[in-house]
Amino acid sequence: MPAKLAISYHEVTKSFGSLTAVDGVSLDIADGEFLAIVGGSGSGKTTLLRLANRLIEADGGTITVEGEDVRNVDPVALRRRIGYVFQSGGLFPHLSVADNIGITPKLLGEPAAAIAGRVDELLELVQLDRASHRDRLPEALSGGQRQRVGVARALAAKPRIVLMDEPFGALDPLTRDALGEDFRDLHRKLGLTSVMITHDMTEAILLADRIAVMRGGRLLAQGTAAELSSSSDDYVLELLRTPRRQVERLNTLLPKSGAA
Amino acid sequence: MSLFTDPRWGEALSHLADYLGNHVRVSLAALALGLAVSLPLAILTRNRPAPRGILLALASIVQTVPGLALLALFYPLLLLAASVTLAWFGVSFSAFGFLPAMLALALYSMLPVLRNGITGLNGIDPALIEAAKGVGMTARQSLVMVELPLALPVMMAGIRTAAVWVIGTATLSTPIGQTSLGNYIFAGLQTQNWVFVLFGCLASALLALAVDQLLGLIESGLRHRSRLRSGLGAAGIAALVAATLVPTMGRSSSGYVVGAKTFAEQYVLSALMRDRLQAAGLSATARSGLGSSVIFEALKAGDIDLCVDYSGTLWANQLHRTDIKPRAELVAELKTELAKQNITLLGELGFENAYALVMPRKRAEALGIRTITDLAAHASTLSIAGDYEFFSRPEWAALQKAYGLQFRAQRQMQPDFMYAAVASGEVDVIAGYTSDGLIAKYDLVTLDDPKHAIPPYDAILLLAPKRAGDEQLKTALQPLLGKIDIATMREANLRASGNDANSSPDAVAKWLWEKVGKR
Repeated sequence: MPAKLAISYHEVTKSFGSLTAVDGVSLDIADGEFLAIVGGSGSGKTTLLRLANRLIEADGGTITVEGEDVRNVDPVALRRRIGYVFQSGGLFPHLSVADNIGITPKLLGEPAAAIAGRVDELLELVQLDRASHRDRLPEALSGGQRQRVGVARALAAKPRIVLMDEPFGALDPLTRDALGEDFRDLHRKLGLTSVMITHDMTEAILLADRIAVMRGGRLLAQGTAAELSSSSDDYVLELLRTPRRQVERLNTLLPKSGAA
Repeated sequence: MSLFTDPRWGEALSHLADYLGNHVRVSLAALALGLAVSLPLAILTRNRPAPRGILLALASIVQTVPGLALLALFYPLLLLAASVTLAWFGVSFSAFGFLPAMLALALYSMLPVLRNGITGLNGIDPALIEAAKGVGMTARQSLVMVELPLALPVMMAGIRTAAVWVIGTATLSTPIGQTSLGNYIFAGLQTQNWVFVLFGCLASALLALAVDQLLGLIESGLRHRSRLRSGLGAAGIAALVAATLVPTMGRSSSGYVVGAKTFAEQYVLSALMRDRLQAAGLSATARSGLGSSVIFEALKAGDIDLCVDYSGTLWANQLHRTDIKPRAELVAELKTELAKQNITLLGELGFENAYALVMPRKRAEALGIRTITDLAAHASTLSIAGDYEFFSRPEWAALQKAYGLQFRAQRQMQPDFMYAAVASGEVDVIAGYTSDGLIAKYDLVTLDDPKHAIPPYDAILLLAPKRAGDEQLKTALQPLLGKIDIATMREANLRASGNDANSSPDAVAKWLWEKVGKR
């Protein structure tokens, strides 16, 4: 299926000193796709994500975003057109919720009135009450609210691509589940291409269309959850075993409610 | 008389607008310059550990130099710079007063500003700098929109420390000619006017405290993102600056400046000359507490218009002469030599203030000491004290050479404390001044100098080059020439060393004029 590609990695390598963080990875992300990159710490997943908007520069290989080689694009302009959700929010503590959300449109020189309107729209989109949250400082928000503001900020300049670095990892399970579902809806509604990093295979299976598994800087496998389950790689199978075991245990421990 | 009803409080208060205004002006300029240099340096070196280390080390070294020494150092440095610009570009500037004081204080303010600036900028969570980059900020936007605002409270704390240091250290700028609250302290110390000392300490402490609290309010406002608190603090600082600067603004700095060195006699004589000029309808101010070498350079450069110096001092220090001549001959030759530098030696006041070795009368009689020759035989078991410059002056070298003097110990002292020290036996001999009234008060004797190792020290009136043809000035000063004999000056000095209302330089100057004016 030669669908249009949002992001494409070809033979990409990146080392930090003697440590090879990304080792010859090739990976295509189709337009409109929701891809989860799963791996443990030190697997190179975060490095791979940051290479896409040039927060980190690759040593070798080629990365294209919407068909353009990123080396030919001004990194600042590139970052302004790709949304980025940081681990635990990354909100600026000295700016209000509204100023945090409106930062990228402001950098792009959009008029203040247009930004204010956009901020209200986004608060609604991420389901935060406009009146009570708009002027608050990040320190006055709960973890889940902060992450919703982080998502709103990433979407403010109307990007077609959103990169997310373990966006829901630090949240309590209920908030995490709700936020994941809400983002999944946004992804569909806005027609985004989303790339999410997570160490949690269950979250990846539940939210993403496709999963890429990384270990030691290499891409071990990629595909839908079903495709991954027929992988021959022991580590991939091990990762899939955990959600399976959890489901079985939950099924035996929890009486089925509602429909018989 | 009670401490609180002492009229010297009133006299101190009458100088407050002038001293405080100048103190705030020099502190503010120094702080502004210090900030203008160190904040960009902190920003430029924030990601460069090597230059940052060198910079902090340099600033720390500056901090270890005592404040007074740093201020003193800037005077000759600027003199040199001024002579270079004069030779190369034909323009010169004043190395006296405001400029050296401001530069030294600015240098002094740099360490806390640099250190806190660097700490503040480096203490920012790297995730936030990453986030700034991620939302599409350029390095400059990240600095202005994220890093500086986040580092601001820590930077403000550094500015606050610097402000308190500068205000405190500015009291030491008096000897290099910058009027400050230190004028109270230096004058008070020299003339044993404890009311002035106390007033100067209180005023500078209160100023530092007020500035510290107001800057603290701004800092706390920045930390807790309270615009109200920061605004109140800033308004307070602005009000303080306005209240201290406005009363001295628009005051003409024209008119005659009478210089005075750092001891009581000089304070009295400068007040006397100022009064004479004012009586003649000329506008005049006294600039007192100047270092001994500063005053001559200041006169030469025209930063002060007139002062009293001593013939032997200039003979040795300016002409570098080691031969000794009789009083009148020495003054005549000095007059010719000074004229070559365009300085006018208007004439002698009448008395001599020579260095002399001084002992308690009873002690001298018991040891059978009348002359310095007698003293030399006992010197190895005795200790000697002198003022801060005596032991580095050529007269001391000449004395040692002529009489083979070798004392057990030598100490430096505040001039007004020496006499009490020798009277109480804390030291055995002092290098005192012949015109000092305390010699009689403590029953001390001056030892004869049969080998004439010490030159004569006639008090002489000097005029700056630009006043060489100023007949009005000369006429106003004429009544003082040759009128002040040693007995009268001793009595005046004794009065000035008292600790009561009649002992202020202004009061003694009036008394002195009543004595000599009719002669």
